[in-house]
Amino acid sequence: MFKALGRLLIKFFTQLGQASSMVSSCVFWLFKSPLEFSQTMQQTTKIGVESLVVATLTSLFTGMVLALQAGTTMRNILSEPLYIGTLVGFSLVRELGPVLTAFVVAGRAGAAVTAEIGTMQVTEQIDALHTLGTDPIRYLVIPRIIAFMIAIPVLTLCANFSGMFGGFLVSVNSLGVASNVYISDITTYIGVDDLMHGFIKSCFFAFMIGVVCCYKGLWTRGGAEGVGKSTTQAVVTSMVLILVMDYFLTAILNSIGL
Amino acid sequence: MIEIIDLKKHFGPKHILRGVNLKIEEGKTLAVIGGSGTGKSTLIKCIIRLLEPDGGKILFNNKDITHIKKQMELAKLRRSFGYLFQEGALFDSLSVGENVVFGLKYLTDTPKSEYARIAKEKLALVGLKGIEHLRPSELSGGMKKRVSLARVLATEPKVILYDEPTSGLDPIMSEIINELIIDLKNKLGVTSVVITHDMKSAFEISDNMAMLYEGKV
Repeated sequence: MFKALGRLLIKFFTQLGQASSMVSSCVFWLFKSPLEFSQTMQQTTKIGVESLVVATLTSLFTGMVLALQAGTTMRNILSEPLYIGTLVGFSLVRELGPVLTAFVVAGRAGAAVTAEIGTMQVTEQIDALHTLGTDPIRYLVIPRIIAFMIAIPVLTLCANFSGMFGGFLVSVNSLGVASNVYISDITTYIGVDDLMHGFIKSCFFAFMIGVVCCYKGLWTRGGAEGVGKSTTQAVVTSMVLILVMDYFLTAILNSIGL
Repeated sequence: MIEIIDLKKHFGPKHILRGVNLKIEEGKTLAVIGGSGTGKSTLIKCIIRLLEPDGGKILFNNKDITHIKKQMELAKLRRSFGYLFQEGALFDSLSVGENVVFGLKYLTDTPKSEYARIAKEKLALVGLKGIEHLRPSELSGGMKKRVSLARVLATEPKVILYDEPTSGLDPIMSEIINELIIDLKNKLGVTSVVITHDMKSAFEISDNMAMLYEGKV
């Protein structure tokens, strides 16, 4: 049992070391060479556009269900569906928007990134990059991490609006809340600091998803089976880390008044 | 040109190279033969520093390149080398033309305006014309190898390392690739190291031959 635990710990710290070394290489290449601009733009479009529909749809229905649940509960307690806009807005902007969007992007674009880099690894395309004078970190990893860091905050913003719109539809049509009341519930109580709270979280999530998915891709071994394994591991690891990071980020951001 | 002294490489408990000594002369073609898993590919990957040797020395033009670590120095070293991968290793996301000129951006100062001409010229050299716009997935195995060779030639390396250039090809395509390797030596004076299983091909293209057995030549 101790042997197995020891092996697990060694594996964990080895992977942590490899991922840290990859991040330090990213920093090195960021300062040493010009950014692969076209690659970065291409990846941003790919990650952003590919995930836009899923992210907004997920958020739309989450907003709708939040409004429905909050409205029913408020009616039972206070006999009136009060502050639905505030409840939906707060939940989305500070918590569900960034987390759900990160989940969707990790599952959709993160998996694609790991599979693409993993396939390049097992078909020697990564070695070919080395022999042709460029480093895979510079050519593949940096553009993708930056792309995630641009796409996810923008997608989160879209998801927030979509979710609030979903809440609006349910509040006005099913719960009988006046549209101006729903909107003023949002605009009165949700401020810039709430938006910043969600924005900072989404930036951290984006960086983490980029690092995890690229790392898993680069360290793929063992042919097609290896690519499948890496892709699954990348998505699962990203999702678990999103939830873990979310707790700690919330604690830190709340403590500094955001 | 290249001297390998007592080269050692192991992967975990498995010792692949156990002290390889080899000299590769300028402008000559050396064929490295040996059974599967004897470390032929490992040897050339150590030469181009895709793998770091565990012991011994590799001298290139009398300069020790065994332990170069800095990224910039490695990139500089790789300017002198070309590597033909067993399966071609063409980039799926790029067209054939973009694949051929890929190394020019990173290894040379060639202006971008020259890229299209060079792609056309190098593809013609390997007997392929008008396929610049195709994707690697649209090519046959032999075509992939030839495009990969055109990509190697685009940067005009002094040394080309061939990893099983004729494996998986039909006899006619193998012959075409062999002729290309001989042509490159005769016309451009390129030094070559060819890893192969194909004895007929080894006799046809090489000036010298080395056999790897139990991790040694």
